[in-house]
Amino acid sequence: MNDFRLPVGETIESGIDFLVEHLSFITKASADVVETVLGAMESGLLLVPIPVFIVLAAASVWLLTRDRRLTLGSVLGLALIWNMGLWAATVSTLALVLVSTLCAIALGVPLGILSAINTRMYQAVMPVLDVMQTMPAFVYLIPAIPFFGLGKTAAIFSTVVFSMPPAIRFTCLGIRQIPADLVECSTAFGATRVQRLMKLDLPLAAPTIMAGVNQTVMLALSMVVIASMIGAKGLGGEVWKAIQRLQMGRGFEAGIAIVIVAMILDRVLQKLGTRRDK
Amino acid sequence: MAKIHVEGLYKIFGPNPKKALQMLSKGRSKDEIMAETRHGVGVNNATFEVHEGEIVVVMGLSGSGKSTLVRCLNRLITPTAGRILVDGRDVAAMDDAELRQLRQRKMGMVFQNFALFPHRTVKENAALGLEIQGMDKAKRLQQAEEALSMVGLDGWGESYPRQLSGGMQQRVGLARALALSPDILLMDEAFSALDPLIRRDMQDELINLQEKMRKTIVFISHDLDEALKLGDRIILMKDGAIVQIGTPEQILTSPANDYVARFVEDVDITKILTAESVMKRSEAVADLRTDGPRAALRKMRKHNIAHLFVVDHNHRLVGIVSADAAANLAGRGEEKLAEAICTEIKTVAPDTPAQDLFGIMADLPYPLAVVDESNKFKGVIVRGTLVAALAERGGAA
Repeated sequence: MNDFRLPVGETIESGIDFLVEHLSFITKASADVVETVLGAMESGLLLVPIPVFIVLAAASVWLLTRDRRLTLGSVLGLALIWNMGLWAATVSTLALVLVSTLCAIALGVPLGILSAINTRMYQAVMPVLDVMQTMPAFVYLIPAIPFFGLGKTAAIFSTVVFSMPPAIRFTCLGIRQIPADLVECSTAFGATRVQRLMKLDLPLAAPTIMAGVNQTVMLALSMVVIASMIGAKGLGGEVWKAIQRLQMGRGFEAGIAIVIVAMILDRVLQKLGTRRDK
Repeated sequence: MAKIHVEGLYKIFGPNPKKALQMLSKGRSKDEIMAETRHGVGVNNATFEVHEGEIVVVMGLSGSGKSTLVRCLNRLITPTAGRILVDGRDVAAMDDAELRQLRQRKMGMVFQNFALFPHRTVKENAALGLEIQGMDKAKRLQQAEEALSMVGLDGWGESYPRQLSGGMQQRVGLARALALSPDILLMDEAFSALDPLIRRDMQDELINLQEKMRKTIVFISHDLDEALKLGDRIILMKDGAIVQIGTPEQILTSPANDYVARFVEDVDITKILTAESVMKRSEAVADLRTDGPRAALRKMRKHNIAHLFVVDHNHRLVGIVSADAAANLAGRGEEKLAEAICTEIKTVAPDTPAQDLFGIMADLPYPLAVVDESNKFKGVIVRGTLVAALAERGGAA
């Protein structure tokens, strides 16, 4: 059975090698740009005095959700992170999540719209999404290195790949779930496809799309932690360090900080999604 | 020229409609074609006209092809063969831009399940068609508001559809179509989802509106009573084919075949209802002792009628006076009505079956009087109200 082995791995590897050879000058250059932008973002965020940052964060949570418990929880959670000395790592992680999510949404939502409108596109995209979602997240880390080198850009790349599927899927689902009678109605009144998209599809699919965005943010957060293996630093980096030095307490502290950030982001995004629904 | 002219229209559902079309022309049935080719026959050789300003009700049981037929008119469904001329233009041959023009300006559609956009206010919903036309916001919202007030929804513009009852939601649906000021309204089972009382209200409302608007309306219904009440003419469909086209009276009194006869039989109200139950208890009578020609004319004007029955002091029928005759007398300065009264008139007893009334009224130039055995005046039957009353009470009978 093993006499003739199908060269699956070899083929993929040589394909990626080929791409690296011809594209890495672009990807490496973009890595520099991303690194600079991220660095600027991080130092910008770190310039804000921590108490001011916490107050601002709590204020925006309140404005977006009008939820007293959530606002109070955010203040306490962020204060705990500060107290544990993980502030800089948290800000770094936030910046990474922000940039990767924005990229994932900017790519994922339009792809979702296209695959909702076009059946061929749908048939092409869905199996790719299955692969993207079931492939173990660590595998994405390997090709990211030759393209972008060790560091944050490689982390963002693998995070975008890993977190984009829900944005595509939910957008597509939301649009395909528009009731048939409303679609017929917009056609009967002579709407073009673009008019239907703007006046019916997107407004009505908004809660579903927001649910997808929420998922994307959560996946991005978890991937950013995993990507610490290839130099993403941040909270994930703290966990990674703790693993290598077997510092159980330190590991849990970083873990708790991640949970706090995740919960705040998740609750706020969920509220945004359901508020559109009303 | 008819407003809508449909000729030899076919719609076959399936990947290879040509073969099914051939089988149809050889006289094979819908079921046979389904069994042999897995193709569905939606519409089978429909030919009819809709005239400007009339309500045509397309009626049939579910699966009879009535929805498909109407959706071919604005090409929500593309016909397999045949011609559809709207104002002389062939809808089947239109390109996308022309088709959008037709849908945006000429044909308004009202849907069975209202199809209101839940994320928009009532006013924004009513303005949808105008928005799609590209009208600017202030103007379209104003026109939407006018359309809403036409259907009795003043002040509801800022509400959301889910805050409205079913009947009100369908008024919004109607306003949305009317806001376009289209020549033609397509109403797809527009009142079927409403409960019976509301449905009757909406039917009356539509009749009222239609008196003012004079739109060309194609109304789909599976409900014979509704068809009889609303339709100037009725198109009865079965298995995709048109079985009979005719006025409500024609459908009721001379069904084209057994199918129609059975359809009508289920609601054969004419045998059950009597003259008394369909007559109007009219207050508009002239009293022989007190009313002169001028008083009679005034009453006719007030009730918007051309003939007035005359009764004596015991409310016994004396005869009928026409507006012309009364005006003539008045012109000569006469004080008494007697000279103008025509006493040779047809009357019926209150228990005359409604079925017989059609024949009696067929060539009567004035309304029919209903009198009891002592010749006391009970009421009048006008042809229009006869049909309407039959339609309205059919369900109860």
